[in-house]
Amino acid sequence: MKSAVLVFPGINRERDMARAFEVVTGVKPVMVWHTETELPDGVDVVAVPGGFSYGDYLRCGAIAARSPIIDAVKRHADRGGYVLGVCNGFQIVTEIGLLPGALMRNASLKFVCKEVHLRVDDPTTAFTSAYTAGQVIRCPIAHGEGNYYADPETLARLEGEGRVVFRYCDELGRTTEAADPNGSLNHIAGIVNERGNVLGMMPHPENLIEALQGGTDGRGLFESLAKVA
Amino acid sequence: MIPNEVKITPELVAEHGLKPDEYQRILDLIGREPTLTELGIFSAMWNEHCSYKSSKKWLRKLPTKGERVLIGPGENAGVVDIGDNQAVVFKMESHNHPSYIEPYQGATTGVGGILRDVFTMGARPIAAMNALRFGEPAHPKTHHIVSGVVAGVGGYGNSFGVPTVGGEVNFHKRYNGNCLVNAFAAGLLDADEIFLSEAKGVGMPVVYLGSKTGRDGIHGASMASAEFDDNSAEKRPTVQVGDPFSEKLLLEASLELMASGAVIAIQDMGAAGLTCSAVEMGAKGNLGLELNLDAVPCREPGMTAYEMMLSESQERMLMVLHPHLEEKAEAIFRKWGLDFAIVGYTTDTLRFVVKHHGDVMADLPIKDLGDQAPEYDRPWVEPKKLPVLDPAATRAPDDYGKALLDLLGSPNLSSRRWVWEQYDHLIQGNTVQRPGGDAAVVRVERPNGGKAKGLGFTCDVTPRYVEADPFEGGKQAIAESWRNLSAVGALPVAVTDNLNFGNPERPEIMGQFVKALEGLGEACRALDMPIVSGNVSLYNETNGVAILPTPAIGAVGLMDDVTKTVGVAFAHDEDVVVLIGETTGWMGQSSYLSELFGLEEGAPPPVDLAVEKKNGDFVREAVIAGRVTAAHDLSDGGLLVALAEMAMAGKKGARILLPEIDIALHAFLFGEDQARYVVTASPAEASKLIVDAAMAGVPATAIGAVGGDALVIGEHLNVAVTDLIDRHESWFPGYMSGV
Repeated sequence: MKSAVLVFPGINRERDMARAFEVVTGVKPVMVWHTETELPDGVDVVAVPGGFSYGDYLRCGAIAARSPIIDAVKRHADRGGYVLGVCNGFQIVTEIGLLPGALMRNASLKFVCKEVHLRVDDPTTAFTSAYTAGQVIRCPIAHGEGNYYADPETLARLEGEGRVVFRYCDELGRTTEAADPNGSLNHIAGIVNERGNVLGMMPHPENLIEALQGGTDGRGLFESLAKVA
Repeated sequence: MIPNEVKITPELVAEHGLKPDEYQRILDLIGREPTLTELGIFSAMWNEHCSYKSSKKWLRKLPTKGERVLIGPGENAGVVDIGDNQAVVFKMESHNHPSYIEPYQGATTGVGGILRDVFTMGARPIAAMNALRFGEPAHPKTHHIVSGVVAGVGGYGNSFGVPTVGGEVNFHKRYNGNCLVNAFAAGLLDADEIFLSEAKGVGMPVVYLGSKTGRDGIHGASMASAEFDDNSAEKRPTVQVGDPFSEKLLLEASLELMASGAVIAIQDMGAAGLTCSAVEMGAKGNLGLELNLDAVPCREPGMTAYEMMLSESQERMLMVLHPHLEEKAEAIFRKWGLDFAIVGYTTDTLRFVVKHHGDVMADLPIKDLGDQAPEYDRPWVEPKKLPVLDPAATRAPDDYGKALLDLLGSPNLSSRRWVWEQYDHLIQGNTVQRPGGDAAVVRVERPNGGKAKGLGFTCDVTPRYVEADPFEGGKQAIAESWRNLSAVGALPVAVTDNLNFGNPERPEIMGQFVKALEGLGEACRALDMPIVSGNVSLYNETNGVAILPTPAIGAVGLMDDVTKTVGVAFAHDEDVVVLIGETTGWMGQSSYLSELFGLEEGAPPPVDLAVEKKNGDFVREAVIAGRVTAAHDLSDGGLLVALAEMAMAGKKGARILLPEIDIALHAFLFGEDQARYVVTASPAEASKLIVDAAMAGVPATAIGAVGGDALVIGEHLNVAVTDLIDRHESWFPGYMSGV
């Protein structure tokens, strides 16, 4: 499996993402600067990492979504290539239009960094095959604008098609208001596109892959991706 | 000829914060009336903030050298060797005055400034902390300042991408008119790739990098060198505005540029901006420097030389580059979308020459700007000693459970989760000990693989102790940082100090300063923790009321194997709870008296540095050897609060069996004797540990066992851990949401 990590000015979790790919899959990803117009040959997975691309100015992800590399990312997704957007990456991927909805300011109006629980609602995707249905995993979050919103029709469609992959929950897997750190509709933490090859999620599985980091629950995502090619 | 359109009047001199005798010194030095730009340059270089004129004499007495110290005070940050050709770069700096006037921007630019100090040396920042002190919660400004400062610290650090792993938050009425925002940052570099500010070579290009220069922050450093009064809000325009996005770009571009080999010298533009950075680079290299202000990238047209020289616009750097690598350097900065301009050259004249529109706006002796700054030996008086309280004569609580809950739910001892959850403390993926414990621990990978090392970070000082006895309080600040690092298994290696005091022109304040530094120095020598960097913030007074003397310490410890660290959480049922150190029931200046009864009475606990060393070494070795399952230093609130914190962190109770004591129970439980820890170990290991402690001359007593869901002390106390957590976690969010 060959991966690439996109780098925009202001992105700051690109090293964390690259390290996770390397530690779990054994292969270093290629770092791709935003002014490139082509992805490296043979890339299977494109990761759009977290951070504050362009300082989150204008609107989170809006400026990065207009970078030269984005056309290549769209073509990659159209070909069925995998795209993983995490945190700012999720925001960028929604701005591009590869995923529906938007990430609004947290309901608390504050940035929040902590560990939350996620329920794996779909273990059949290429991103989650190492998990089991309904499995509850721990995962760090670190964002100010992760409050997922979509219009009622889109939301109904997402739910109807089972495209909500991760949901915020408590340690027993119950989705409650208290367990939702940002006010997301239906406690959505991560979704896939219709074809199942683009995943966007706010939490950071890349920061929980070694015992030293307090746990390894994030490994499953990278282990799943290691199997796609 | 230098045009001098503005007559230099005594009023103008006073407005620049210069005393008449200081102005006379300028006249004597240059032999003529200065231009307005020159006056501005002198005021920038000679204010308290930049010149350390009141503190220098005493700072010289501090221990700054050690086997591991590669760079001590005087550069942008201190550098300490951690083996494997790796070094940690760190410093703490205050942004008090701006944060009081404009909390969000004051805090962001404080964080930005300290991060720049670290990466200017060539290091990639790996950890940040902040020590925050606010007025009493009920004061009308406190809520607003807390909310702005915390958002500002997070807003900058989160976007920049450094984990904010620790810090302190205190409330006290003496900070009502002056909050303290002390920001710490640490970075990692190769020990043989340290970048300094000393310019080398004549005719070398001086390059301006980063953001454009605007009219913000003019006279910021001068503001930080005077007391506040009721009109301080009018100083808002002197506060700078931070842009973490530019800083992140500046970091990446600077590190890339350094790796390219183009950089001869580098200095960030911090306090007093272009003036301070240019003079420092030239003076350190025994060179002159000529600046052409026409080339300075400006945010708005029509800026005067005076404004450009004094602007404190953020996210700017000055570098001296190898001439043949200029193009390569420019390409790197263009790639990152940052300004790049050659604004001058080094000369052999030892003059600092500033040209604008073809006119010479300043022509000054460069060395004298720094070397000839006034230095004062301010009068000081010995602080009065307070009586030692008899523990038995202090009030016992009516109900121990209620007293404990009230302490845990008090503004100063409650959980700081509301604060640190707004800081990204997990980015970079190396945070091993997260906020909320004794010290943070960050993994450092060795360059050639192998088991990872760890760096421990902690911020400490107990201002009410320093107020009561500056000498013992100064010692205690270092001792507590020693304990916090030892408890996580890190060997303390060096510290940075951020000395916040009132008006040094008052002999009693100067007395606090002198004695506190004496205490710091003595403790640093005894515990082998040299001071490698720091910052002095004086004039923290409003309407004549000074802050509590607050010499905040940022300390760094080293672990050979990061996996050996332990936290404060009770880990396993049946583990034995062991109290390390001697308990006398010291009640003077205890949190128990201050938080529950509003009494700040008596002498603070004395610090025996030899005992600190012995006990700390014992605990650290036990941690590293894997003999203990948890370790926690005893500080505010004494033994009972420490036990409660361990119970809350582990979500497990403990049954405490009181040893035979001839101390009043409340003094035993809440007294704040120093050099103490609680550790837990399996029953078999605990017995051996107690024997080994006896052999080492370290007091160690088994006081109970972990287990159950309540903290229980015979018939005196029985509180469910969930109740402890509820009270501990509720004060901060409740206060901030106005409940």
